[in-house]
Amino acid sequence: MNMQHIQKLFASQLAVANVGVDVFCQAVQDQKVPAVQVDWRPPAGGDVELAQILAKLQTLPGNPIEEANREGFSRMDASDPEWTGMVYAHEVLPDMDKYTIGHAGPPLAWEDMCGPMQGAVLGAIRYEGLAQTDEEALQLIQEGRIRFRPNHNVQCVGPMTGMITWSMPLFRVVNKTFGNVAYCTINEGLGKVMRFGANDETVIARLKWLEQTLAPALNRAVELHGPFNLKVIMAKALSMGDEMHQRNIAASSLFARTLMPSLVRVIDDPQVLGEVTDFITGNDQFFLNLAMAACKSICDTVKNIPYCTLVTAMSRNGTNFGIKISALGDQWFQAPVLMPEGLFFPGYGPEDANPDMGDSAITETYGIGGFTMGASPAVVRFVGAESVQAAMDYTSSMYQITQGANRQLTIPTMDFRGAPMGIDVRKVVDTGITPVINTGMAHKQPGVGQVGAGIVRAPMDCFTQALKAFAQSLTLT
Amino acid sequence: MTTKHEVRKNQYFDSVTLMVASSAMRQMDGVINAAVMMGTDHNRDLMRNAGLIGPDTPTFGVNDTVIGVQAETDQAAQDAIAYFDTFINGKKASAQAQTQVRATSLPTAKSQCPQTNFAVISVPGRYARAEAEKALGLGLHVLLFSDNVSLQDEVELKEMALEKGLLMMGPDCGTTIINGTALGFANVVRRGNIGLVAAAGTGLQEVTVLIDQLGGGVSQALGTGGRDLKAEVGGKMMSLCLEALRNDPETQVIVILSKPPAKEVMARMLEQLSTMDKPVIAAFLGGDPSLVEGTNVVWAGDLEQAAKLAVLAAQGQPTTLPPQDTAHTETYVTQLCATLKPKQTHLRGLYSGGTLCYEAMLILQEEGIDAWSNIALDARWKLPDGQPSRDNTLLDMGEDFFTNGMPHPMIDFRQRVERMEREAADPDVAVLLLDCVGGYGTHADPAGELAPAIRRAKEIAAQDGRDLVILASVTATETDPQVRSHQIQILEQAGAVVASCNAQAARLAAGIIRRQRQE
Repeated sequence: MNMQHIQKLFASQLAVANVGVDVFCQAVQDQKVPAVQVDWRPPAGGDVELAQILAKLQTLPGNPIEEANREGFSRMDASDPEWTGMVYAHEVLPDMDKYTIGHAGPPLAWEDMCGPMQGAVLGAIRYEGLAQTDEEALQLIQEGRIRFRPNHNVQCVGPMTGMITWSMPLFRVVNKTFGNVAYCTINEGLGKVMRFGANDETVIARLKWLEQTLAPALNRAVELHGPFNLKVIMAKALSMGDEMHQRNIAASSLFARTLMPSLVRVIDDPQVLGEVTDFITGNDQFFLNLAMAACKSICDTVKNIPYCTLVTAMSRNGTNFGIKISALGDQWFQAPVLMPEGLFFPGYGPEDANPDMGDSAITETYGIGGFTMGASPAVVRFVGAESVQAAMDYTSSMYQITQGANRQLTIPTMDFRGAPMGIDVRKVVDTGITPVINTGMAHKQPGVGQVGAGIVRAPMDCFTQALKAFAQSLTLT
Repeated sequence: MTTKHEVRKNQYFDSVTLMVASSAMRQMDGVINAAVMMGTDHNRDLMRNAGLIGPDTPTFGVNDTVIGVQAETDQAAQDAIAYFDTFINGKKASAQAQTQVRATSLPTAKSQCPQTNFAVISVPGRYARAEAEKALGLGLHVLLFSDNVSLQDEVELKEMALEKGLLMMGPDCGTTIINGTALGFANVVRRGNIGLVAAAGTGLQEVTVLIDQLGGGVSQALGTGGRDLKAEVGGKMMSLCLEALRNDPETQVIVILSKPPAKEVMARMLEQLSTMDKPVIAAFLGGDPSLVEGTNVVWAGDLEQAAKLAVLAAQGQPTTLPPQDTAHTETYVTQLCATLKPKQTHLRGLYSGGTLCYEAMLILQEEGIDAWSNIALDARWKLPDGQPSRDNTLLDMGEDFFTNGMPHPMIDFRQRVERMEREAADPDVAVLLLDCVGGYGTHADPAGELAPAIRRAKEIAAQDGRDLVILASVTATETDPQVRSHQIQILEQAGAVVASCNAQAARLAAGIIRRQRQE
């Protein structure tokens, strides 16, 4: 018999972890022996089968999961996303034609789309000139001429409805360390916008302006300036009170400040320069889309690592919430989206809100947004968190489900602790703590726009399914 | 009357915390009934049957805390709910003071405190295997307090532990002392050269306390869980623990406490012990001394003998005990019987410690007194759950029937106190036999909980024109948080007779019953 561990125990200081009745922990502490109380709760809503799977995964010989997760984490850590220019979807996306529409979240059929998503799709078809009216657009859909696909499958992300079509300009973000590229659309601003399902002529006109005026100007500016290091802007903005999902005012300002000298040199027409600078400086959320592309370029590097249980995508299509985990590549694990809880703009209430939607949860996948709420006292009121302390508590709890702390993005209000990074599906299921997401809320009727902002959780079911499938892939079940 | 219920989403508390809170809420003015529970199906039934939740209670799941209060007024109900919040917030604040971020899983705890080498696990039985497996996976030794773990899970966990060379004490292991630290329900005893392995939790408490009383000391006291020596488990952990004690330079004497092992397990164990170069004392409670005849194992008939023999061996003296001092016992019996009526010929034992109850029944049986029990020595004497006591009855109130949805009687005295009053009202009863178990993990003042009930029992008898002998023993040392002498004093002041140990209390009880029968 191997007696060396027991002999070592008898010869060393006892140090206890107590799982369960807390008087036992107190009793050990009263004897001046170190003891930690594990804040245990039944794993995965009390599912014993999952609890057993978790235990098995932890006792695999050689612990390959831990090693794989460390690898995934180190890739996120080493990632260095840069904005290098503007491109049009048809120039860069695979298998693209005018009838292909990228949308947020996991795949879904027209019939299953929520109101805002359908509204956005009709608008997108008109934007591409395939139809003049919504009725004509609808007919194209019903004839099966329109092909829908998740942005995530083609290195893209888009906020809320996340429409990406043939003519749309995209931020091109290159992860310099690994060479992979990610794309995101330009943020349209607030009010009636396609990402919230609006599709009237002003929406289409703005999209055309983004395509024909803003994108070329931005492209010339970045050519003149050189690539923008996005992690640097994100790190600074975090220290200036952004959490970078619902609050991007610091990041957008830093971005504008960096961009402006180049922008004024590349736009000759004062009228255009006025419009462009008005647009960029008039939108506090302008940077969100760049942050999303940056996060996508980071999370994609973690894909397909054998044994790795880190989450590489979290996204919502307004109907379902989907996640992907590293070891299982592009397989989606889905559950119905939840309703955000938060604050509403005057005149709107919970009955107006559409359920959770958008690819923007890629920010939380990387570990900002809801995960860095503690850095952002100012966002607390906007998303309806109870207090600054509550925001910090949200962030603190995310360390329980992540692989580690971000070395580049630190949180000044929490003693410069690194942001929680690398969601481990095992830890989510084990602790019962689901990722917290800060989000905007769309009106459930297409075309109305944003009605508020709030906090929502990723549904546990996505994680339990992913964990079961992962265990199955290792033939543990 | 009004009923109020609230559901707190995603708030998990362990059942002991909730039961302590519920119990305090029930004692508040104007509160008729109150319970706070986690929203399991079982608890849902309990609360529904108690009328504490109804059709208008919001939906809840296992991770939600459900509060139900029945009170005379709305205000009283609200106060009770407010009390719960204060109670919980107090707990939270003290928890936050200890550590900044509370680990929510064992792996996190281990990564936060890498020096962690031991896990104490007391989660509900159905989750226990997973948590224990995780702990073993992290290289931690385990004390698994939880019960309701299947035999198969126990076997697999122990196999895993053996492979890794880790202690897997339990399931259903309540007591252990590692490096002088009391874990679970365990006492503060002098350190010394006696190493113990037990498949009997309170047995281990009683013997370690007696060793301390006798001037001896304990190197390690290891538990295996009650089923380890069954054929299915095969004594896996017993065998590992014996090897551990063999290799431990601090341990000079080895004590084994258990019910008689399965035959083939016994054979293997004796073979393992035959090469042991340290004296071995074994109390196989209820077994026959012939089990160890012709071996190097010294037989102990009960827990007291085991402690005495161990201390003799530890001092290098011959392991023989003088005969019981029956003359002294008889004198005392005469004294105690003086105030009893001839009709009083029965005995009722109410125990919080299972092994203590078992030991008492064995001693009574030796003295020719059979007792009904929920853990009867013989199936013929099995008292069905939920039935009132009859003739001589000894109850282990730590058994499942009593602990289902209630904390262990070493923590919560309500059921034992109620039962004491009921037994006292029986005109045939001469003796109430009690244990009073201290040490870490148990109630802060067990004697203080028993004392009012002892007084009431005496009063009930007095109102009926009788006396009642209440015999107790204290399983605690002077260095325990409860302080042995202090506990004895409280019991004596309440009118109880306190024996030096459980075996002595049982002998005295047997003497009284025999004497009463003769008259």
